[in-house]
Amino acid sequence: MYKVAVMGDYDSIYGFAALGLTTFPVETAEEGAAQLKKAAADDFAVVYMTEALAASLQEEIEVYRDQLRPAVILIPGVSGNTGAGIAQVKKSVEQAVGSDIIFNGEN
Amino acid sequence: MASTQVIPTRMELAKQKKKLATATRGHKLLKDKRDELMRQFLELVRENKTLREKVEAGIAAANKNFVLAKAATSDQVLNTALLAPKQEVYLETGMKNVMSVEIPVFEYKTRTADTNDIYSYGFAFTSSDLDGAVKSLADLLPDMLRLAEVEKSCQLMAVEIEKTRRRVNALEHVMIPDAQEKIKYITMKLDENERSTQIRLMKVKDMMLEEARQERLKADAEAGIITGDAV
Repeated sequence: MYKVAVMGDYDSIYGFAALGLTTFPVETAEEGAAQLKKAAADDFAVVYMTEALAASLQEEIEVYRDQLRPAVILIPGVSGNTGAGIAQVKKSVEQAVGSDIIFNGEN
Repeated sequence: MASTQVIPTRMELAKQKKKLATATRGHKLLKDKRDELMRQFLELVRENKTLREKVEAGIAAANKNFVLAKAATSDQVLNTALLAPKQEVYLETGMKNVMSVEIPVFEYKTRTADTNDIYSYGFAFTSSDLDGAVKSLADLLPDMLRLAEVEKSCQLMAVEIEKTRRRVNALEHVMIPDAQEKIKYITMKLDENERSTQIRLMKVKDMMLEEARQERLKADAEAGIITGDAV
């Protein structure tokens, strides 16, 4: 049995607690890195992370990219959509195909 | 490619031929694997894109609702309302093997049977905006989990495709031409050796014939002298 975590600033994620997801409000990048490591070691199969937090944790997220668990998925926070989430998808396409053929330079 | 010298022997030739056969077969197999992975990847990544757009729009809308709810309710009331969640989400993770890439399959379970049992508060002291906000997020949950599944699959497949592509290229542009070059070199060297042996033999034969002729001439001459004497 695995659980689902949500990480980010409190305002962006407190709603997810109502759904039964485990929320980890973090303020700083260091806190986030430690929490992510802990979540990965625990039974979390999916970690939703706000784009704002992910921007400062790129190296840490990269570690989990080619591992089966956890899946780190970026979600927009209250501060708005930075496009980092879709950039991750783009990155996958570029890695696999060699060039971006899905988005064709849009946004 | 004479940079790596090979010994031009029949044994080496057989070895290189075997290597070429294996490389060609491997190249074909890996190419098929790459093509199939790519096909599945593109399918998944398209789904990933649409799902992501949907989820991002959904979360943005939910966040708007939450901001409204927060504006209408005091922080304390809001915190207490969401303090003890009623619902809990568990994931059953399975594994699917796509062309030797293990991709996750999520199946989610909730603690209470009713998935709509999400309101962890009485409705008396909170604004209805909060109900709407929580509901909008709850509706999004299945899509979010599917997004996690698809996006992780895409990431894992991308890594594998990259690896396979490199292998295919290495076989196609290095291993196979190299083996072919070596085979050509050895074959030519062996043919050359054979020709030179043949020429040598022919020369020796000529020399031997010449010697035999000379001897016969000598013998004939001698015989002529003898017969001449007799006449």
